[in-house]
Amino acid sequence: MWGCNIKKYIMLKKIISILIVLILGSAVAFFVFKSEPKLNSNFENESSFFKNSPFRLGLDLSGGSHLIYKADVSGVQAGDVTVSMDALRDVIERRVNLFGVSEPIVQVQSSGFVSGSEEKLIVDLPGVTDVEKATAMIGQTPLLEFKTEAPKDAPQTVIVGKNGKIDLGAIDIGPKFVSTELTGRYLKKATLEFDQNTREPKVSLQFDDTGTKLFAQITKDNIGKMVAIYLDGAPISTPVVREEIPNGQAVISGNFTPVEGKQLVGRLNSGALPVPISLLSRQTIGATLGGDAVAAGVKAAIIGFLVVALFLILWYRLPGLIAVLALCIYITIMLALFKLLPVTLTAAGIAGFIISIGIAVDANILIFERLKEELHSDRTIINAVAAGFHRAWSSIRDSNISTIISAMILFWFGTPLIKGFALTLGMGVLVSMFSAIMISRIFLSGFILIGEGKVARFLFSSGISK
Amino acid sequence: MRDFYLVQEFQNNMFIIKHKKIFISISIVLVLLSVISLFVFGLKVGIDFNGGALTEVVYKDSRPAQADLDAAFKTLDFGSVLIQPTGDLGYIVKSLDLNETQHVLLLKTLSQDGKSPLEEKNFNSIGPSVGKELTRKAIIAIILVSLGIIFFIAFAFRKVSRPVSSWKYGLMAIVSLLHDVIIPIGLFTLLSHFYGAEIDTLFVVAALTILGLSVSDTIVIFDRIRENLRNKIGTSFSETVGKSLDQSYMRSIFTSLTVIIVLLSLFFFGPESTKYFALMLTAGMFFGTYSSIFLASPLLVLIEEWQSKK
Repeated sequence: MWGCNIKKYIMLKKIISILIVLILGSAVAFFVFKSEPKLNSNFENESSFFKNSPFRLGLDLSGGSHLIYKADVSGVQAGDVTVSMDALRDVIERRVNLFGVSEPIVQVQSSGFVSGSEEKLIVDLPGVTDVEKATAMIGQTPLLEFKTEAPKDAPQTVIVGKNGKIDLGAIDIGPKFVSTELTGRYLKKATLEFDQNTREPKVSLQFDDTGTKLFAQITKDNIGKMVAIYLDGAPISTPVVREEIPNGQAVISGNFTPVEGKQLVGRLNSGALPVPISLLSRQTIGATLGGDAVAAGVKAAIIGFLVVALFLILWYRLPGLIAVLALCIYITIMLALFKLLPVTLTAAGIAGFIISIGIAVDANILIFERLKEELHSDRTIINAVAAGFHRAWSSIRDSNISTIISAMILFWFGTPLIKGFALTLGMGVLVSMFSAIMISRIFLSGFILIGEGKVARFLFSSGISK
Repeated sequence: MRDFYLVQEFQNNMFIIKHKKIFISISIVLVLLSVISLFVFGLKVGIDFNGGALTEVVYKDSRPAQADLDAAFKTLDFGSVLIQPTGDLGYIVKSLDLNETQHVLLLKTLSQDGKSPLEEKNFNSIGPSVGKELTRKAIIAIILVSLGIIFFIAFAFRKVSRPVSSWKYGLMAIVSLLHDVIIPIGLFTLLSHFYGAEIDTLFVVAALTILGLSVSDTIVIFDRIRENLRNKIGTSFSETVGKSLDQSYMRSIFTSLTVIIVLLSLFFFGPESTKYFALMLTAGMFFGTYSSIFLASPLLVLIEEWQSKK
């Protein structure tokens, strides 16, 4: 009586675990499906969570340009190199954004033991194949301008809302600015300092002779008003003039954090002391070539998956079917991770993912072969399954460690191309260890319930053995 | 039925050990051929490492004769320009690395001043310093992956076992690893010679991935040998190895087979840019499986036999 109840309880527990895995798996698949415009005809009406999770394609797949610039930092003091490079990146990033590129990537590659002795700036422009214009825009020297407040007598438009009240938010009470002769050319340098009494960060500016004269005039005329500093057409700071500054030594103080202060210094210096850059290498991939590569990659993945699935089911029967189910869940988990992390997919990255499909079933094969062996030694199916999982573990672990070692080192040292491959392969090996072992174990132990009959033994056997 | 089956297996395992010298010889011959091919044909180094530019264009209507383009480039100061036809309407142009002005001039020349309209599918110009940096990175990665794998092997075989000491297992694993990398490289020299394949970043990645993938097979089989030695299965070392091989060769073949299936799918249906990569990895997986069954374990038996003769 008791035994019967316990058996029922175990059965119930196993069925519930199977259901949970299936529901979770379907939820992940649902997410991948919903967030893919090509699969979901109702994509436009989905919530932003789905809309904002596309696959992120690398330049070789989406088409676009990859530029590598060398920054000439010979004129910069060794300690200021990082600051100058950050400022440079900041400037180029804003220019690229002005260019209207979606999701550009601008990154500094510092010199070092691995990357060589040059400071480099890497710019990725997805979708941009007309690079002449882009490089011209990136290559120009940043423009730093000082502007003063426009006269306040210009009329203001006031909008009366529907309820008869004046909409205060719509009134532009901020001042407008007009250009002056003073530009970044006359700024010698900007530095970050800390007030000796208050310990607050402040930014100190130093002008050259012409700049000193211009700045003295501007400050004299605008006491109590704002002077706006523009970089490439956008205001970066609008300090209020307290007094006339005749000696070309000004201080911008206020409650900014050291980080904000540092950023402002970088921006000011980028106008004053731009680091000269020159184009070292450039890669442009046409959109059609990228599209073809994506289609071919998807095709290869689907065909590879189908053949592996067919092999598993024909050779391993019921366990094979379960392995295919685990493989499906593995693939949906990986696709969801690509979307959510997100992982930038390149042709090499897709190759890594496809290879990982083949590796993902390795753990299952090691388990099933062991299972077969245990069944041969006249164990019951329940014992054989338990022993199969237990004894195959050390082999699974060992056979994956070396792949993880290679993937980690490749990821650490690689160029973006190699990184993409190493990341998908390494992720694949880790995720598949989970999916192949956990998921197929839950399913297999559920199917054990069909008993020990001849049919069950046939289903759990594999290959040509009787 | 089951007894008969076991007898079959027993004969199988002795087959490999009995004829071990043949299998080892096959490996030696293949490695030698690869090395010879490497010296005779050499490997073409691509622009990833050497620097240079590669331009791929497709003409809208018909492509101009190659000789006309060659003649047009002779008059310009471009250095050596190599033009290869691709597809029905395209050319791939290899040259020194180009700046923007030179690039525009190149396209203008290719389109015969606009007479033959074309679309630029792919342009890649790599400065010599970037190439040097990549070479440096590749060398560091090769050294680190090799060290990582050797440390892993040393770790996996840290427990001493008789009658063959553990470092010899490690040594055999490394020998078969070299075998698994050298043969695909030999194959690549043929591709390089006959189809113009060049060493690029993916070539290095393929070689390093082979290192990671193929060592695992060998380790799974060696693990089995040690387990069986502990459990005193088999009357002699060669019989233990034979039995272990018999117990594990199927899973070794099948785990590689699934990877080879997806790699072949990648080769036949996948993107153009990863074709050689897939082919090299397929070769690596194939010879990796061969070496773990027919090379590494037979070598262990051979060593043991030499030891006992002394």
